[in-house]
Amino acid sequence: MTSADKAVPAVELRGLSKAFNGFAANTDVNLLVRPGTIHAIIGENGAGKSTAMKLLYGIHKPDKGEIRIRGETKVWKTPAEAIACGIGMVHQHFMLAGPYSALENILLGVESSASAEGRASFIPKFLRPVGRSRAIRQLDEISSQYGLKGIPWDTEVEALPVGVQQRIEILKLLYQNASILILDEPTAVLTPQETVELFMNLKKLAAEGKSILIITHKLKEVMNLSDDVTVLRGGRVVGCRRTPETNIEELAGLMVGRKVNLQVAAPPAPVLGPAVLALKNVSLKTRSVHETGMHRLNDLSFEVRSGEVVGIAGVEGNGQSELLHVLLHPLEFCKSRDGGLSGEINCLGSVTHDARRSLSTKRIRDLGVGIIPEDRHKEGLLLERSVEDNFLLGQETRKPFSVSGFISGGALRAAANVAIEKYDVRPRNLTIEAGNLSGGNQQKLIIAREFEQSPRFIIAAQPTRGVDVGAIEFIHQKILLARTAGAGVLLISSELDEILALSDRILVMYGGKIVARFQRGEATEQALGLYMGGAGSK
Amino acid sequence: MKFLERIQPLIAVIVGLALGLLITQFAGESPWHVLKVLAGSAFGSRYDIGMTLFYATPLIFTGLAVAIPFHAGLFNIGAEGQLTLGALAAAAVGIWFPNAPWPLAPLFAGLAAFSAGALWAAIPGWLRARRGSHEVITTIMLNFVAAGVASYATLYLLKNPDSQNPETMAVGAGYLLEHIKFFGDAPVNSALFLALIAAALVGVFLWRTVGGFQLRAVGQGEQAAKTAGIDPGKMRILAMCLAGGMAGLVGVAEVLGNATRFKLGFSPDYGFIGIAVALLGRNKPLGVIAAAVLFGALHKGTIDLDLETENVTRDLSLILQALIIVTVSADGLWSWMRKAKTNGGTL
Amino acid sequence: MEVIASMLRVATPLLFAALGGMVSERAGVVNIALEGMMLIGAFAGAAVAYTTQSPWLGAGAAMLAGVFIAAFYGLIVIQLRANQIIGGTAINMLAAGLTPFLSKIFFDVTGNTPSLPMEARFQYAPMIAAWVLVIGAWFWLKYTPSGTWVRFAGEKPEALESAGVRVNRVRWISVLISGCLAGLGGASLSIFLASSFSRNMTAGRGFMALAALIFGRWMPIPTAIACLLFGFADAAQIRLQGVVLWGAEPVPVQFIQILPYLATILVLAGFVGQSRAPKSLGLPFKKG
Repeated sequence: MTSADKAVPAVELRGLSKAFNGFAANTDVNLLVRPGTIHAIIGENGAGKSTAMKLLYGIHKPDKGEIRIRGETKVWKTPAEAIACGIGMVHQHFMLAGPYSALENILLGVESSASAEGRASFIPKFLRPVGRSRAIRQLDEISSQYGLKGIPWDTEVEALPVGVQQRIEILKLLYQNASILILDEPTAVLTPQETVELFMNLKKLAAEGKSILIITHKLKEVMNLSDDVTVLRGGRVVGCRRTPETNIEELAGLMVGRKVNLQVAAPPAPVLGPAVLALKNVSLKTRSVHETGMHRLNDLSFEVRSGEVVGIAGVEGNGQSELLHVLLHPLEFCKSRDGGLSGEINCLGSVTHDARRSLSTKRIRDLGVGIIPEDRHKEGLLLERSVEDNFLLGQETRKPFSVSGFISGGALRAAANVAIEKYDVRPRNLTIEAGNLSGGNQQKLIIAREFEQSPRFIIAAQPTRGVDVGAIEFIHQKILLARTAGAGVLLISSELDEILALSDRILVMYGGKIVARFQRGEATEQALGLYMGGAGSK
Repeated sequence: MKFLERIQPLIAVIVGLALGLLITQFAGESPWHVLKVLAGSAFGSRYDIGMTLFYATPLIFTGLAVAIPFHAGLFNIGAEGQLTLGALAAAAVGIWFPNAPWPLAPLFAGLAAFSAGALWAAIPGWLRARRGSHEVITTIMLNFVAAGVASYATLYLLKNPDSQNPETMAVGAGYLLEHIKFFGDAPVNSALFLALIAAALVGVFLWRTVGGFQLRAVGQGEQAAKTAGIDPGKMRILAMCLAGGMAGLVGVAEVLGNATRFKLGFSPDYGFIGIAVALLGRNKPLGVIAAAVLFGALHKGTIDLDLETENVTRDLSLILQALIIVTVSADGLWSWMRKAKTNGGTL
Repeated sequence: MEVIASMLRVATPLLFAALGGMVSERAGVVNIALEGMMLIGAFAGAAVAYTTQSPWLGAGAAMLAGVFIAAFYGLIVIQLRANQIIGGTAINMLAAGLTPFLSKIFFDVTGNTPSLPMEARFQYAPMIAAWVLVIGAWFWLKYTPSGTWVRFAGEKPEALESAGVRVNRVRWISVLISGCLAGLGGASLSIFLASSFSRNMTAGRGFMALAALIFGRWMPIPTAIACLLFGFADAAQIRLQGVVLWGAEPVPVQFIQILPYLATILVLAGFVGQSRAPKSLGLPFKKG
């Protein structure tokens, strides 16, 4: 028993429930945060973590239940009331306006409080200029107290690195006198070094008496950082532990609710054919200062051969998206003013990019390239269009679907019917809008469309993200089947299990570079994790 | 709920009309009387129907000119400028080659009108596709530029020396389109058939062809279309060109079918009313035709208000159109109604 | 000298309207309804100035009318979340129809108001007021909390909402201010530059104000300079009408007329400098 146990809890949620359009996002959520501690809230995508925090922060109103702050029951109408009560939130997508300075972003919502005291004035508060020097003095004081160093007050926020932007967000909350901080997936966008720095800052804050709630799904971070941990699944609390008294395996079990087992039966050794993709010294430079998130590609050279799966492992944001972009749309980089693509890309026997020319996306796809895109909602499907139309997308110019410029409805319906049967897209209804399918069935629809064209080179990016277990196994099988049939597969995934289970060779990307290469069986999760974290190269 | 969605435009029109007619109460007129005058004047006789259809013809073109880009995710507010240049081009061809024989003459003039509108609309299309400039602003600006160009051409290049009005010389006799006899003296002419054919072709293009599929794919998911190998920029330029061409064809209806010459300011904002037409017609060809007839009827109907009522003028037509736009487009209103409906159903 | 004076006069309605448009667009609400708001203001200004024989009451009425029509615009696009372009088009049509409709009722003439005597018109007051407003707007946007809210409402409304300021309230007030200023711009047409209201007297000045706003990259001082430039083009165009400078033909003033619009397109296309609209311009804000 420590003193924090006896103290009145900083935050207490009692039986919170919230439903959206009949879907229960939170059911009977209980949570207790001891003052001066770091409390992790973990769960898979859609487990209801963010909803719970939005209730606490006053963005949504609970249908049922009670919120207590330092022992007092509170009902918020707006975030403003939660803020006034000392609650602050760092959202996953920062609430900063890019073209304005750090100072302006921090002072937003602080109704010229710096100049309000002292002088009496007949000018209403909202028209009174903010006392700049005084605000800066206060901010300097706060930032040195909590070790939040290196924030240039007058620089446009968008020109600053992500880690600094996050510090500005935290400082903004502290300046508003927040004593309870909520951080939503704070490490998703950070480099490893920035993560280390953030954790130091958070520990310092807790030591100074702030209570911190951190939403995450990275279990190692939970173990490193938190004092307590609450696990959510399907909108309910399924466990609450003191961090020192639990371990990763237990938390993982609670989080997914089943024994994690992604071992696909090891496929037979690949029958290698000619290269379907070959990159030679491909580099991508971004000159624009505004796109701080853009990692360059740094001297990539590798091959994917017919009959093998090459997995690219890496924390998201280390160049995977750029690699995809370069493979599919090299033409854009030729024309673009602020990017320079160099090196040579060869795809299915054709040069798709070199110093002299680039092929259009259409030409590249017509070579026999199938794509499962990263973001199926944006890049894969037309959500408002029917299953049938989505099946047609990308092959509308080909026979038998196109007959001298007109679309042959009969041929399309016949082929689409066969495909949704074969790939088990449910419901078996060609006229339903793609947006109304479940995530798994949307992904199956994309795979049906792409694989039915018998591609010889397949790019599968995050193929099972946000997809239910049954569909995951199905998708994995289909990928391996395509490999057996002689296609070359480039698999890009941030799920290590998936990479390990499917890949014949594994490349690890870090900072736009390939830092390690493994054969099937050589790699372990630990080894990959090390290189993904930038621990070195091999 | 599905049913409510389907008749939504109809409800919107009724609500908008009712609101507009209530306003006439302030002018000391009975809304009922105004409505009777409106209906009688728009549909009372063959001649009246002919006039209604005469006004509807350009609105079908401009409605299509807004609807096509809409499917590619673009907002064409430039139909006014496009139709101005289309009409000017038709007149110019007719003036420069006065002796061309029928049916070649109107064909070429029509082609000129289409191309002029298309080229003019290609500018904002290109600016959007390659420079990222928002088409709403560029089309508005280009409307004014088109007006300037038309004014210059009318007053300096093609001026009618026998007239005090700002208008060009007349086109050759071989260019003129016949009026439809059925409607008596009404100037409704074969351009109406051209408009109907154009609407049908647009329908076939957008929903039956590969190009139309690609164009609509860009409007509904630019990224997905791009990943599938469709060039969004190209599709956007194509959409704007087709739209401009449609607007340009207003020139056929006006110059070859009615005025025999280009008159500065002949359009009572056909281009802007086209926005309302497309909106009310849900950007579908049949819808556009129906909406164009409705707005044509409003236009025709309100003209007689000047004579038949004490205080209400033809300007009521603008007010009615504005209110109908509001009731059709107020998304919040409709979702609120739908919500009220489902709440009533489930609770 | 005379040209400069007339440039300043002609630029005045543009200045008001462009500042009005700026407040609304910086808050994230597209305002192509400026034209209609100006027209209503011009009518209300002239009508009340004529009835009361006071230009000041006329200006007041114009502001009120502008606020009123802006409230209708706000209702459509903020509350009912209609598309802002469509909503703006509707307002412009409504104003074009409503003004002659009302003039018929009040004065029994379609489209005009009776002409104003000298003492019911402004001599130079609006010109001074406009420039005071420009400086005021610059200071307000840059240094005061409420100005900062407006900028954030257009750039990153979520940030504003999460800082406890209601985005839609800020947008509402911005749209009302916008209507008030545009109305004043209209009044300075009908009771300062001219001596009565006439049908469709704005003749695209609302759109020209919008062009100036874009040309000035949504910033007060550059926008004001753009208004001056456009005003100069307008003044020169009127002055050169029918003047023979060379040869036998008069100068084709149409080419001077279209210059402001061409210039705006060039700026927008990034051929001249870089233009950057507020990021959330035109996007309705929905909580959560």
